[in-house]
Amino acid sequence: MSKLDSKIPEGPIKDKWTNHKNHINVVNPANKRLIDVIVVGTGLAGGAASASLAEMGYNVKAFAYQDSPRRAHSIAAQGGINAAKNYQNDGDSDYRLFYDTVKGGDYRAREANVYRLAEVSGSIIDQCVAQGVPFARDYGGLLDNRSFGGVLVSRTFYAKGQTGQQLLLGAYSAMNRQIAKGKIAMYNRHEMLDVVVVDGKARGIIARDLITGKLERHSAHAVVIASGGYGNVFFLSTNAMGSNATAAWKIHKKGAYFANPCYTQIHPTCIPRSGDHQSKLTLMSESLRNDGRIWVPKHMKDVEAIRKGTKKPTDLSEDERDYYLERRYPAFGNLVPRDVASRAAKERCDAGYGVNATGEAVYLDFASAIIRYGKEKAHVTGLHNPTQEKIIELGKAVIESKYGNLFQMYEKIVDENPYETPMMIYPAVHYTMGGIWVDYNLQTTIPGCYAAGEANFSDHGANRLGASALMQGLADGYFVLPYTIGDYLAAEIRTGEIPTDLPEFVAAEKDVRDRIQTLMNIKGTKSVDHFHKRLGKVMWDKVGMARNEKGLKEAMDEIKQIREEFWKDVKIPGSAEAMNTELEKAGRVADFLELGELFAVDALHRNESCGGHFREESQTEEGEALRNDKDFAYVAAWEYTGNPREAKLHKEELTFNDIELKQRSYK
Amino acid sequence: MNLLLKIWRQQDANSKGKLVDYNVTGISPDSSFLEMLDVLNEQLVDKGEEPVVFDHDCREGICGMCSLFINGEAHGPDKGITTCQLHMRMFNDGDTIYIEPFRAAAMPVIKDLVVDRTGMDRIQQAGGYISVNTSGNTQDANALPIPKADADASFDAATCIGCGACIATCKNASAMLFLSAKVSQFALLPQGKVEAADRVKNMVRVMDEEGFGNCTNTGACEVECPKGISLDNIARMNREYLSAALAD
Repeated sequence: MSKLDSKIPEGPIKDKWTNHKNHINVVNPANKRLIDVIVVGTGLAGGAASASLAEMGYNVKAFAYQDSPRRAHSIAAQGGINAAKNYQNDGDSDYRLFYDTVKGGDYRAREANVYRLAEVSGSIIDQCVAQGVPFARDYGGLLDNRSFGGVLVSRTFYAKGQTGQQLLLGAYSAMNRQIAKGKIAMYNRHEMLDVVVVDGKARGIIARDLITGKLERHSAHAVVIASGGYGNVFFLSTNAMGSNATAAWKIHKKGAYFANPCYTQIHPTCIPRSGDHQSKLTLMSESLRNDGRIWVPKHMKDVEAIRKGTKKPTDLSEDERDYYLERRYPAFGNLVPRDVASRAAKERCDAGYGVNATGEAVYLDFASAIIRYGKEKAHVTGLHNPTQEKIIELGKAVIESKYGNLFQMYEKIVDENPYETPMMIYPAVHYTMGGIWVDYNLQTTIPGCYAAGEANFSDHGANRLGASALMQGLADGYFVLPYTIGDYLAAEIRTGEIPTDLPEFVAAEKDVRDRIQTLMNIKGTKSVDHFHKRLGKVMWDKVGMARNEKGLKEAMDEIKQIREEFWKDVKIPGSAEAMNTELEKAGRVADFLELGELFAVDALHRNESCGGHFREESQTEEGEALRNDKDFAYVAAWEYTGNPREAKLHKEELTFNDIELKQRSYK
Repeated sequence: MNLLLKIWRQQDANSKGKLVDYNVTGISPDSSFLEMLDVLNEQLVDKGEEPVVFDHDCREGICGMCSLFINGEAHGPDKGITTCQLHMRMFNDGDTIYIEPFRAAAMPVIKDLVVDRTGMDRIQQAGGYISVNTSGNTQDANALPIPKADADASFDAATCIGCGACIATCKNASAMLFLSAKVSQFALLPQGKVEAADRVKNMVRVMDEEGFGNCTNTGACEVECPKGISLDNIARMNREYLSAALAD
């Protein structure tokens, strides 16, 4: 089995990437035509990589489970993308972006990768503008910026609340140009169900055509996995319904190490679950916390009255409310980072102060912002002694101009007017920072198999700051992978086309076919969703935002139990040789049932509180998260051994030469 | 809520489809339309029947995957939203609801409520891009100032999610609103100008080849567009097309 070598280049951090690029092997253009690359997933990372590799001259085969690359879940990102452009002249630099990202990741990211990310961030903006991405601009015609939590400069580029959509459409259009030229063969509605390894190298995949149900063999000289994150292991998350871990999990089973699976970002401002019918959670942009104040009632009798409907939140006076973030964190108040805000909300709800029927909601209140903005507006417009009604009217107009689309979205889902009554919010699973372990070249522990974007273990560490996921996806796809993959492919120019009738292809296809047949033959009594929901509940209750040893051990057993029941009792109607969405889900949930257990194993071994992950055994006297750098400053990379519980731990020690490790405090 | 659903079932592209009646019970008015279908499907699976297949993914109104003609309207009775954002409180207990796929000759049914929208991709592949390599050697983004009004108008056109509601709603099954949104996005930006004439000609040519119909300015597309893409884009596209054709 492969050795864990991060391949971080020598030299000072600011020169590493340049030196590395200068010494990387280059494939001559005529030879690139002889080389095929498979890209699984066509979101920001996969789409950008497909377009870039095809432009360079490689033959690309791209796979997406949707009907079009334009629908990848990158499209749902709202807020923005970071870049160290220093257009606002507020002192931003590559170093500052690097520093903020490492700190925001709670010192669990690889320094060299994060520096490279910061270094190429500016080129991303240039590239996207050249592609016609309509970023927000100011009246001078130059690009506008806004600021996000956790940083002190204004470095976030945005396109209203649809930044992800516009960036993805940029990558999609770059792909379309190459599809039209015949350099990308696009396989829509296809799902990768296994990787084929020949002589220790990734040489292709087995894919299922989701319309016909037919299995297909596709060969290539290298395989890139860019299939996104695994947040749907929780069943309820902000991820798209189809987002799955299958591609990542299949390569894990074939030898790719899976790193830091327990690193999941919990986002504090989502619309709460309203009942058991719910299929997914909707995120409300973090920007709302700039103006909203978060509270729950101070007295239990008021909580009960609100739940019964005999009192409204607006009936409670200021001193009957507990503004718990302002109380606990006077310095940062409502603008503490995502992990701190999420944990604090859960703490209040666990104590019984949740304000909706399920007891899992806190208020996000804009009343004082409305008054404040209203008064300001009255001043500006020369309105003396305005009535309270006039102030509120003016204030609402200001709030509408800032957050109108979010307020409307909330009203559609919850059926309450957030201008009149406080919003209800609760934390939800959002982005996964664990994933397939890769070296500096984004190569996994399987030679010739690469991972990009959210699918890899990411440059962000334990807790990601806002607006950096889009940055990483595009950096990997446009500016990192196209260089680093050449280092490997330079040795492949004489390989020739890889035949798909090799015994390894035959065997992999048979394994996939057998697995599908096994699933179809169970003919049990319970639906796939039944098992997925049960898994999700265990994950949220015991492996979610706050964990302890006892709960994690229970979770491991419970997940194993659910998995065993699944393989005995799942019911999948229809046929395997046709479009069958239940079969698709079954395969994905089967993988989640293994991944979930590894997730718990990883959380159990990491006996420190870190970023969004609170181990109850590791906290300060005030109940804050306590990191343990002495024992846990490493990446946990797990090797599959046939059973998730017995996965073998490999450690990549993290060394910090350019940044001093500090405890985070927001008091 | 209890409902009678009349749903289009069709085994595959070559089979004949028909409306089939289903009763669903115990639907929460707070659930979304797709969650209501989830409940139906759970009930069908429990009975060992094949669930109704429909396209959906992000369930936040942005991926453009969900479709459905509901009581004769693309994305249902509410305005400015996709099907995944439609909530059951828009309906009454005891209602009968007709659920059909987006119908157009250029968007054939694949199964049940799922249609093939790849023709829209092929229109984009014919020129819906700016020919720039992803080399990292592009000029600095602020070297090209763009008036805010132009950038905002370009953004408004770029918000199209490619769901196909405009095509399904159009009596001619025209893809004009969709196509014009992309043409407008680039026509309003300086970086799109160089190849503007080729872009519009090629995209229109492929739209015709794919079998999408022509625009007769009835405006139904604009009414049903979940993202409020304006008919102005079609006017702009026609100007672009005319000047490109005259230059030939």
